[in-house]
Order: sequence, then structure tokens, then C-alpha cells
Amino acid sequence: MLHYFETLGRSTRENFAKLGRATFFLLLTLQGIPDILPRLSLLIKQLYSVGVLSILIISISGLFVGMVLGLQGYYVLSDFGADETLGLMVAASLVRELGPVVSALLFAGRAGSALTAEIGLMKATEQLSGMEMMAVDPVRRIITPRFLAGLMSLPLLAAMFSAIGIMGGHIVGVGMLGVDDGAYWSQMQASIDFYDDILNGVIKSVAFGFVVSWIALFEGYDTLPTSEGVSRATTRTVVNSAFSVLALDFILTALMFGDI
Amino acid sequence: MTELNKNTLISIKNLGFSRGNKHIFDNITLDIPRGKITAIMGPSGTGKTTLLKLIGGQLQPEQGSVTVDQQNVHQLKPSQLYSLRKKMGMLFQSGALLTDLSVFENVAFPLREHSHLSESMIRTLVLMKLHAVGLRGARDLMPSELSGGMARRVALARAIALDPMMIMYDEPFTGQDPISMGVLVHLIKSLNTSLGLTSIIVSHDVQETAEIADLIYVIADGKVIDHGEPNALMNSSSAWVQQFMHGSADGPVHFHYPAPDYHSDLLTT
Ligand SMILES: Nc1ncnc2c1ncn2[C@@H]1O[C@H](COP(=O)(O)OP(=O)(O)OP(=O)(O)O)[C@@H](O)[C@H]1O
Ligand SMILES: [Mg+2]
Repeated sequence: MLHYFETLGRSTRENFAKLGRATFFLLLTLQGIPDILPRLSLLIKQLYSVGVLSILIISISGLFVGMVLGLQGYYVLSDFGADETLGLMVAASLVRELGPVVSALLFAGRAGSALTAEIGLMKATEQLSGMEMMAVDPVRRIITPRFLAGLMSLPLLAAMFSAIGIMGGHIVGVGMLGVDDGAYWSQMQASIDFYDDILNGVIKSVAFGFVVSWIALFEGYDTLPTSEGVSRATTRTVVNSAFSVLALDFILTALMFGDI
Repeated sequence: MTELNKNTLISIKNLGFSRGNKHIFDNITLDIPRGKITAIMGPSGTGKTTLLKLIGGQLQPEQGSVTVDQQNVHQLKPSQLYSLRKKMGMLFQSGALLTDLSVFENVAFPLREHSHLSESMIRTLVLMKLHAVGLRGARDLMPSELSGGMARRVALARAIALDPMMIMYDEPFTGQDPISMGVLVHLIKSLNTSLGLTSIIVSHDVQETAEIADLIYVIADGKVIDHGEPNALMNSSSAWVQQFMHGSADGPVHFHYPAPDYHSDLLTT
């Protein structure tokens, strides 16, 4: 029994210590932002490996999610004779929720895990120490560009996901199930609001981009410098990012749309 | 010996450091003279790499101080520490090359970060440094395509890229064939005399190190056991030093990591 409390106490303390290190790490990362401006090439290289390389998985997933939405939406809506509003339903689900959330989850799996593994291996092979000894701050040189790239990429990827999803819904709803083409688009245009829907969706994906990049980079930087440590850190990135994104999504949704 | 004079570049006083419960150093005091080659020797796992990291300010000591060029390393502000580090080269045991950059770019890295030289100047400097370690022809290879010994030589070229006032070599001779070993020994010696560098060599290779070192410190069990000129140490009266310098398995320095008695350990179920 005593042993149980001992373990509980120790892990609580360790988690708080880790939270402290993570916060400190975030501050150092943010402090490095002014140094990026004169060296945009560092950022552009990362935008490519973090953002551009994620486009394929985001597009394909977006297409399928949109097609499923078209199919499921059609069956529900046509029961009420409301299949004209299919476009609205597909677009609203994507722009408000599925676009930001699903792209963030995919992003954590594709780019986040890669970031953790990369930074973790750099630590394990003493590349980060080596940089410090060459009087180059690894946080500014390595971490900050990657953080900014993640922050900037995810909103764009989420927008891409939603746009392709809407086309997927169109392929199924209009192309296969015979919903009126004009109605699909005009219902969407009439009811999707720029501030309520689109802007809120963008805010969500910025928040997710922030959190996922932070978790991924911190886990890599804080890893035990061994191969086992790196593999565990990579797993933790995916798991913690998924939890954080879903929990944060609930909080943000409640603040934006709910009257809770 | 410990009083600070102009001929001492690095002075370590009463240094204490531990990892977890394990005391790595208790109360180490040593001076490293300017412009000389000082070797630090000792059994594997005594904390030689740790000592270099303490000198470079990457680890924080529990007690005592490290003074480099009259600056207390652990009381400097980050910006001061960084400008001190520009004057310190360090050759890591593993090489620590940046894996996403080619050999050429690795050597160019400190130049690009800290100088505003033109591209052609950088090229000239990098090729000169690579030539010195015999790897000018390997400039386009990636670190993953190098052998361990080659990687360490590239790391040496990188460490001297900024023409530092001192270099710390962590095991420079491991994994070198006899030819590159000879060249390296010669290179370290000649860098030292021609550029007036201060060199610290951590090594197990007693022969090679004794050949070029001006001064040797032998560390074991968290203490400096002996120090002096190579010849003096070879004929040291201390059994510890005799054992280490001549590589015999029996003697006061333990080959085994601390463990319970062998026979009773085997018989425990
Ligand atoms: N990151 C670390 N965490 C915990 N203990 C460590 C760490 N790094 C080193 N140690 C311990 O510190 C001691 C000294 O390590 P160090 O790497 O300085 O030895 P060394 O003298 O350089 O050995 P070698 O000659 O084998 O390179 C070792 O006993 C090791 O177990
Ligand atoms: Mg070592």
C-alpha cells in the first residue's frame, strides 16, 4: 500500500518536472524566432520536409473522408427529403471539425513522429552537444525552424484536407447518388459562415499545429540518448499528440460554438 | 602547482561531480599549461569524457570551479560561454558529425555560422582543413558513408576550422590504422607547435600519447592518481601508474566494475 503511494508520488513529481522542462523549452524555442528572419532558407527547408511531404497522406485521407461523409450524409438526409443540403453538411463537418482534427492526427503520425525521431537521434549521436561546443545554439538552429514550419504547415494542410473532402463528397453525392449539383454548392455557399465556420476551423488547426509541433520537438529533445529512448519518445509523441488534439478540440469547440 | 599563472590555460580546482548516486569526481585539482599537449589517461568509465564536458561548460559541477583563460566557465552568461566556446575546439569520441550534411558542409558549418567569409574563402579553408586530415577527396561523401576512423578525422578538421586557441581530443586514435594513426599523431603535434594551440588529449593509447604529450594526468576512481612528464610516469614508483602505463591486468586499478564477490555471486540462487 505504502509502495503504491510512493510510486504515485514519484510519477506525479516526474510528470510535473517534465511539464516544467517542456515549458522552459517552449520559451527558448519562441525566443529563437527573431533569428529566423535573416535565415529563411532554414525555415523553407523544414516547410518542405514537414509540410510538403505530408501533402500526399493528407490529400488521400481527405478524399476518402469526404466520400464517406457524402455517402453517410446522403442516407440520413434523404430520409427527410433533405438531400439538397448534403453539400452544407459535408462542408460544415469538414471545415469545423474533421479537417482540423483528422489532419492534426495524421500530421502527428507523419511529421510529428519523424521530428521526434530526428531530434532524438541527433541527441543520441551527440550532434546537439557537438553544436553546443561549436557555439551554435541547437534550439535556435534546429528546433525553432521546425517548430515554425509545423505551426505554419498544419493550417494549410487542414485547409487542403477540407477542400479535397468537399470534392470527395461531391463525387459521391452528386456524381453517384444524384444530388443536384447546383444545390450542393449553393446550400454550402449560403450557410457556411466565414467567421463562425472557416475562421474557427483555422484557429483550431493553428492551435493543433502549435501543440503537436511542441510535443514532437520536446519529446525528441528530452529523450534518453539511446535507441530505446528514441523509440519510446516517438511513440509518446503520437499518443500524447492524439490525446492533446482531441481534448483541445473539445475545449475549443465548447468555447467557440457551445453555451456550456 | 595550483596558483594561477600566465602559463596556465585551464585550471580545475576541487572539482566534484556525480551522476545519480555515483561519484565520478571528488575533489579533482589539475592545471593545463598553455601551448602544451596535456594527456588525460585513465581506465574506461572513469569520467574522462565527463571532464571534457565540464571544461566545455556542458555539465554543471557540484563543487569546485573550472577556469579557462581566466574565466570561470560555470559562472558565465550564455552569450559569454558561447564566445568562449568559439575558441575551444572539441573532437567528440563519436565524431558527432551532422548526419544531414556532407563532409564538406560539416567542416564548413562553424565557418558559415560564425564568420561572414565569402563562398570561395570558405571553400579554400575547408579544403585546407580536409587536406590536413587526408580526406580532401572525401568531401562529397555523407557521414553515413564514412568509417569510424574517417568520421573522427573529419570531426578533427571541423574542430580546427575556426582556428581555436585550444582543442580537446576525446580518443582521437581509436579506430585508426597505423598509417593514419601516425599522421594524426604528427598532425596533433604540428598543430600544437605551428599554431601555438593548447591540446588536451584523452586517450587509452599509452604509446602514441606518451610520444607527443608534454604532461600526463592519470585519473582513476574520481581522483588524480599521478601526473608528470611521460618518462617520469613510465618509471613511476606508484603501482597504480605502473599497471596502467604498462597495461597489466593485475594491480591496484580494478578492471571490474564494482560488484559483489565473484564466487558468492555465482552461488547465489
Ligand atoms: N548521461 C549519463 N547518465 C548517467 N551516467 C552517465 C552518463 N554518461 C556517463 N555516465 C557515467 O559516467 C561515468 C563516466 O563516463 P565517461 O563517459 O566520462 O567515461 P570515460 O572515462 O570517457 O570512459 P571511456 O574511456 O570508455 O570513454 C561512467 O561510469 C558512466 O556510467
Ligand atoms: Mg569517453
